[in-house]
Amino acid sequence: MRLRLHVWRQTGAAAPGRFERYDVADASPDMSFLELLDAVNDTLAAAGREPIAFDHDCREGICGACGVVINGRPHGPQRATTACQLHLRQFRDGQEVWVEPWRARAFPVLKDLVVDRGSLDRVIQAGGFITARTGSAPEANAIPIAKRDAERAMDAAACIGCGACVAACPNASAMLFVAAKLSHLGALPQGQAERPSRVVRMVEIMDAEGFGACTNHGECTAACPKEISLDFIAQLNRDLIGATLAPPRDGQAWSGAA
Amino acid sequence: MQGLADGYFILPYTIGDYLAQARLGPIDTDHPAFAAVEREVRHRTERLLAVRGSQSVDALHRELGLVLWNQCGMARTRAGLEDAIAKIRELRERFWREVAVGGGGEELNQALERAGRVADFMEFAELMCVDALRREESCGGHFREEFQTPDGEAKRDDARFSHVAAWEWTGAGHEPRLHLEPLAFEYVHLAQRSYR
Repeated sequence: MRLRLHVWRQTGAAAPGRFERYDVADASPDMSFLELLDAVNDTLAAAGREPIAFDHDCREGICGACGVVINGRPHGPQRATTACQLHLRQFRDGQEVWVEPWRARAFPVLKDLVVDRGSLDRVIQAGGFITARTGSAPEANAIPIAKRDAERAMDAAACIGCGACVAACPNASAMLFVAAKLSHLGALPQGQAERPSRVVRMVEIMDAEGFGACTNHGECTAACPKEISLDFIAQLNRDLIGATLAPPRDGQAWSGAA
Repeated sequence: MQGLADGYFILPYTIGDYLAQARLGPIDTDHPAFAAVEREVRHRTERLLAVRGSQSVDALHRELGLVLWNQCGMARTRAGLEDAIAKIRELRERFWREVAVGGGGEELNQALERAGRVADFMEFAELMCVDALRREESCGGHFREEFQTPDGEAKRDDARFSHVAAWEWTGAGHEPRLHLEPLAFEYVHLAQRSYR
């Protein structure tokens, strides 16, 4: 099949970017979207031109490394699908396809379609963990967990941290990401000890990194390849109000505006 | 599968325990090991960028992958492995003659990153075949076609191969050095695998 690609090319964070056009004459409908970019890159490399930089790793939809905006939608037109699992049969023969990086203040463009998502890592470093002793394996069945809680934690833990929610949001908010991480740990007994301080710290860093606030557009959950539910944002707000009204026991004071 | 292959989900308890207790002093970039690695990386980067060939890193990578897939896969033979080693040596020479790595070394350059990895695979692929060739038995998930029982089951040779083998790298194009550590089984003894 034939496709006309318009791909965002930008040499670095400080340089201005522009769309560059590539006509692909012999794409297969069975190719993934990233394989299409590979094929374009092979042609560019053979012609001595610089290939398109884009992030990818597992190519099986579980790592969260890939992600580009395709025709205005993060990860492209197919619901609950990462760009690596999106196949060209989702496009029409001869279609024009516009490919852009995630766009958000907290995700500066490094090159072409690659953005720096270190801001998400710093949110995780602020509280996306539990404290556990090392050196021994805890007995998996020592703490009974209700099926409902286990399922809820798993639904939240399905987040792969790709950042599509931020790219989709008109406010460039990371609330869905942060809410998923908080709800994953907050639904389980092991996550309770640090639950109040966790939400305060993670929201504080989230704001400091330049992510916007949630105004309930719901674009995030529509773009999310793992279909993380907006319910978790309600859970985040509930946890935050709880931690703000009753200051965390380990002495962390809440300084932001709830 | 990815969890098994990459160990993404498996941090051994020993490592967490070690990191929790170890006193890891600060190390700065004045350390001689840092300077040595920096020199090495700079040299390799300059060498890769200087080739300016006409074949993409991915094309050469795929060609290498196909050799391993066909000749060093689940079932392998002496003739296939010997042929694979010859092909890999030829491919490695071609890689360093014809690889096309665009861009520079002072910016984000994914073709350069990949070229460094594939250069490593070009050496490691040969070692895998050398190791497979040496192991004249069928053991674990790998089947040397010459070594099978009359009814087609994997045939072990514990008299010769009951050991752990580690290869020491002695430089590109040089024979690796073999180190052996025998395995002793005190309670549960080795036996021929049977699915019957």
